[in-house]
Amino acid sequence: MNPQPIAQQKSGVDLSLIGLLLLVIRRDLLLAMRRRADVLTILIFFVIVVTLFPLGVGPELNLLRTMAPGTLWVAALLASMLSLGRIFSADYLDGTLEQMMLIPQSLSALVLGKMVAHWMVSGLPLVLMAPVLGLQFDMSAEALGILILSLLLGTPILSMIGAIGAALTLGLRGGGVLVSLLVLPLCIPVLVFGAGAVEAVTSGISPVSHLSLLGALLLLAFVSTPWVTATALRISME
Amino acid sequence: MAINWFKYSAPSTFYGAAGKMIPWFAGASAILFIVGLYMGFFVAPTDVQQSEAYRIMFIHVPVSILSMIIYLIMAGYAALGLIFNTRLSAMMASALAPTGALFAFLSLWTGALWGKPMWGAWWVWDARLTSELILLFLYLGFIALHASIDDPRRADRASALLAIIGSVNVPIIYFSVKWWNTLHQGATIKLSGTSMHVAMQQSLLTMFLACWLFAITMALLRVRSIILERERNNQWVMELAETKK
Repeated sequence: MNPQPIAQQKSGVDLSLIGLLLLVIRRDLLLAMRRRADVLTILIFFVIVVTLFPLGVGPELNLLRTMAPGTLWVAALLASMLSLGRIFSADYLDGTLEQMMLIPQSLSALVLGKMVAHWMVSGLPLVLMAPVLGLQFDMSAEALGILILSLLLGTPILSMIGAIGAALTLGLRGGGVLVSLLVLPLCIPVLVFGAGAVEAVTSGISPVSHLSLLGALLLLAFVSTPWVTATALRISME
Repeated sequence: MAINWFKYSAPSTFYGAAGKMIPWFAGASAILFIVGLYMGFFVAPTDVQQSEAYRIMFIHVPVSILSMIIYLIMAGYAALGLIFNTRLSAMMASALAPTGALFAFLSLWTGALWGKPMWGAWWVWDARLTSELILLFLYLGFIALHASIDDPRRADRASALLAIIGSVNVPIIYFSVKWWNTLHQGATIKLSGTSMHVAMQQSLLTMFLACWLFAITMALLRVRSIILERERNNQWVMELAETKK
């Protein structure tokens, strides 16, 4: 007997965990594609914040080169904070979330799907945009490569930790500011190791230790945050 | 002698018990503060390297250690409340948060005052300073989340979850001086022998106990107000002498 039909027998619906995950991701991506302006706003915000720094501190290239990793990382952190409200709030407002929580499969898997979709919509565009902005700061090709790698490892963690905050502040007044207050302190390690990796490579040290720590954080977040977020959702929805 | 501990997990009985305990803790704390400060300022010898400036340590070290311990106790109460659904645990967690935040703030403040003469800067971006700052943010986040949810049950549970997640930071603060090679000095007080003068050590210990008792006093005072606020519609609150006016 193959193990797949167990979910089938219990629920009567042919939906394995992977199937559920893919379904949620596809649904959220489709919804995001119907509202493309939202995705673009985050990207434009990211570009504007990064652009403000050279204007603020002056166009001195040596200074900009040393600031670049930190600036890009902070901007990415702020941009991903901005989009956190969207993970659950639309579904919460029209009642879909309540229906979703009734699924017989694991709520954690559903939440993981929403996190992945959120990252693909708000994190991945930032990763793809970052090298172009890095060129404005006169970063070397090697540093740009590490920047992309560190953002690729780091931005999913931001989406995952952010989802906890979004679930905890679901439907609260002033939720947007509150979620930043809750989530930003928890994101500091990601910022430190992410920007640290790029700084290491520009000062001639191997970035491997920073990237390994980021990878470890990603794995830790992958294992724990879906469950924590599911618990937070249950608290907020009861 | 068997004490029924569960009796005091009910807010109505704990309210009275806390009221009886407060004067004792407050008195002991006040006496220890006076003794500790006297010993710290007049008995403990002048330091060879840091001259008189080191004396801020008698405030700085106890509040720093306690800011971490209180967070762990708060997270512990929060976890108890979340797991066993006990009302009093959640109230204790929210009663501890402001004191913890105060201690974290004092730790940073006295650290800055100490840092200026010793390091020549009010603030350095050192691992321990930064992680203590994050601890302050975690306390503030806990308080803010609790304050912004109107339903007390949901507020308790949501902020409990946040407190538990945030407790990851406490070991990072504690070990930061070991893991990273930083400006902030390592631990001087160790279980096996210490490099400190006996009088300094004793005044530090006295101040530590004083701060701990102060934290307990404040938490009990605050939890009594929280109990009254939450249980205001219950019969036993209306029968209390202090609510009859």
